[in-house]
Amino acid sequence: MLMDTPDETLAQAANGGDRAAFATLVGRHYDRILGLAFRLTGNRTEAEDLAQDICAALPAKLRQFRAEARFTTWLYRIVVNATHDLRRRQATRARAADGWGDWEIARQDEIATEREAQDWLAAAMARLSPELRDTVALVLGEEMTQAEAGAVLGVSEGTIAWRMSEVKKRLRAMAAEEAK
Amino acid sequence: MTDDRDPLDLLKAGLKAAPPPPDPAARARALALAMENFDRLQDSTEAARPKEDRPPQAGFLNGVRSMLNFLTTRPALAATTSVAALIVGVAVLLPVAQKLPVAPGQPPLATPAAAPQPPLPEASSLAQAAPPAPDTPVATGTVEVPYPAPAEAAPKVVVDMPEAEAAAPAADATLDYLAEASPRLRREAPAGGAEILPEVVAAPSVEPMALPQLDPNTEAYATAEANPVKVTAEEPVSTFSTDVDTASYALVRSTLNLGVMPTPDQVRVEEMVNYFPYAYPAPEAGQAFRTTVSVMPTPWNEGTRLVTIGLQGALPAIADRPPLNLVFLIDTSGSMEDPMKLGLLKQSLALMLPELRPDDQVALVAYAGSAGEVLPPTRAAEKDKILAALDSLAAGGSTAGAEGIELAYKVAAGMTAQGEVSRVLLATDGDFNVGLSDPAALETFIARKRDEGIYLSVLGFGRGNLDDATMQALAQNGNGTASYIDTLAEARKVLVDQLSGALFPIADDVKVQVEWNPAQVAEYRLIGYETRALKREDFNNDKVDAGEIGAGLQVTAIYEITAPGSKALKNDPLRYGAAPAADGTADELGFLRLRWKAPGASESQLTETAITGREQATDDTRFAAAIAGFGQILQDSVYLGDWGWDQAIALALDARGDDPFGYRIEAVNLMRLAQSLDR
Repeated sequence: MLMDTPDETLAQAANGGDRAAFATLVGRHYDRILGLAFRLTGNRTEAEDLAQDICAALPAKLRQFRAEARFTTWLYRIVVNATHDLRRRQATRARAADGWGDWEIARQDEIATEREAQDWLAAAMARLSPELRDTVALVLGEEMTQAEAGAVLGVSEGTIAWRMSEVKKRLRAMAAEEAK
Repeated sequence: MTDDRDPLDLLKAGLKAAPPPPDPAARARALALAMENFDRLQDSTEAARPKEDRPPQAGFLNGVRSMLNFLTTRPALAATTSVAALIVGVAVLLPVAQKLPVAPGQPPLATPAAAPQPPLPEASSLAQAAPPAPDTPVATGTVEVPYPAPAEAAPKVVVDMPEAEAAAPAADATLDYLAEASPRLRREAPAGGAEILPEVVAAPSVEPMALPQLDPNTEAYATAEANPVKVTAEEPVSTFSTDVDTASYALVRSTLNLGVMPTPDQVRVEEMVNYFPYAYPAPEAGQAFRTTVSVMPTPWNEGTRLVTIGLQGALPAIADRPPLNLVFLIDTSGSMEDPMKLGLLKQSLALMLPELRPDDQVALVAYAGSAGEVLPPTRAAEKDKILAALDSLAAGGSTAGAEGIELAYKVAAGMTAQGEVSRVLLATDGDFNVGLSDPAALETFIARKRDEGIYLSVLGFGRGNLDDATMQALAQNGNGTASYIDTLAEARKVLVDQLSGALFPIADDVKVQVEWNPAQVAEYRLIGYETRALKREDFNNDKVDAGEIGAGLQVTAIYEITAPGSKALKNDPLRYGAAPAADGTADELGFLRLRWKAPGASESQLTETAITGREQATDDTRFAAAIAGFGQILQDSVYLGDWGWDQAIALALDARGDDPFGYRIEAVNLMRLAQSLDR
């Protein structure tokens, strides 16, 4: 019965103290949390750490969940915010290179027969600013509409549209460079 | 990159493939951590947030678990047997205390309940704050002992109590009784004596139906006081007639755009909700309509849920619709002299003409001073002739509404051939004061014509004179819709987009009846539909008139339901309530019955659907909830708590989904406007 209960109902029951509802909810969404964390950071270890931190904080966070947003939108927002916190911490630790950049550097050390597409992805993501990276992770990676992505990132639909056109521009520039 | 695909597609493909499969060990670790923190949180905040809005079937175990937590904390372990004994005492006494009328300041029954406090002050406060001690090996031994003790002792003692005799004749009734008593015990035992007293005193003093006092504004509801919360055990069946009108929303919009807050009597929540198109699935072939049910947490009350019932009318092939006979009955009284009234009316009708088929017929009847036929029945193909007649209309004189309606019906009857649809469209600012001695006689007249197959719809124009109540009454009796047209855009929505829906009935006398399951729903409240309530027995009575549904139209109704044991309950549970049904239907929230007649038929058909509570909510239902919230804020509803404009706007924005016509964003902007006006 819990398996087909909507997220929002489960969240409400979990807030009321229903352990099974909470277990179902977090079990249902772990993969989604990890997937987005990875798309945002490009680093497996960081993504796993983020997912674990989010799971650990979820019982307390869930209390703030109101039925105003769809549960998944709300959850995505938490993942994005956690990633931003992580970036801030990394910045204060003066680690210039962030996730996708690290990944690319690591890749280059690896055997050259690694799939070319993955290298291209890392290079492309490393080139985008954090805002643009968040946007493509949601719009392309999670296949959200621009309105949904805007709701998660707390910006207007128009901003998302503008960012996506910006991404396109940069990718074209990159492709032009490579063609030379 | 030599690939000539769109770089965005490449990026998308890469990102889709990027995340590595989750590592089972990392996943298990994260989930275990989540559960650990969940348990810790339940324990530390127990007193602040009682867990009574859990599903009722879990109530008993919930109590037991809380007892376990309570007993396994270290201070409690130091005082094992005495604590167990005290808990038995509380379990027995509290249910009795709830039932007796204890006056405030007379706490004899509360005193024994408060007794645990003196011997165990640290234990009760620490039980809330201390983390659970599952790692203590002693705990396992202690857990086993006290658990059966209260569980077995309580029913035995209850049987002996004289006050409880009626409640405990059957064994299962006693168990239910105990299940009810346990959450109380759990809530009050660790909370300490100081909090118990008001709880116990307050409980019996709540009148059934006692609601927070209504704002004086709501007294303006002449015919439609907001639906109260009903107790399922007393009144399990809710019956109402469908309402596809949208006039109230346009009225609210027009009032807000004038910079004035609408008064509560201008707000009919169901008409606001029904204004918006929702993506309900279409009916299957041969069916007149299809129902869609969804269940979601209530935005304004975390202890309740919203059950949204959507009806989607079938859209018959427009191509083979029968020819349409329209009689426009146009109010040309002096009060219509206004570009926003007669001017807008002319523009609106001109917009509608191209939507008609060449074979459709149009007639114009004007009424002012004396009624007269301005344009005899004319084929829609002769557009110029109709437009010229429209242009010649001028306002002047007083309103002779009744005379005009009689003439319009006579014209309509003359136009109707076999198998054709006729409808009178009354366009007015609602001023029916002159020449009408008896409004009830007019309604009867319209109802009789309805039975002869001529329907009436009402288009309201302009402000200042608008007689909303008369418009509603006439349209309801005429099996039609009442629309309020405040802008040309609204005229387009009503007369062009919804032409087929407004003019072609697919089902008559559509009645909705929901029977709630008292085992799952202790209280319910129908939001809106106050003017459409039906008696329970009217549901099966085909003689009783109800709303019609036009081609492709939608009707949405929202119930707010409260589970038994929820802290959001407004009324105390009945002590002698019937035992809930124990068969396979015990899990259902309720049962939805629909009755309707095919147009012109006298026998009704019945459809039945169970509401399981697992129907998913969509953006559509969440948007409908936001609009229901909007309407209730305007009505100063007492059910919203501190939920207000910010939350309604956030919910509507988040759930606006696909909004090709911009209706939904318009509603958000109206909410923003209302928020500013409300300050």
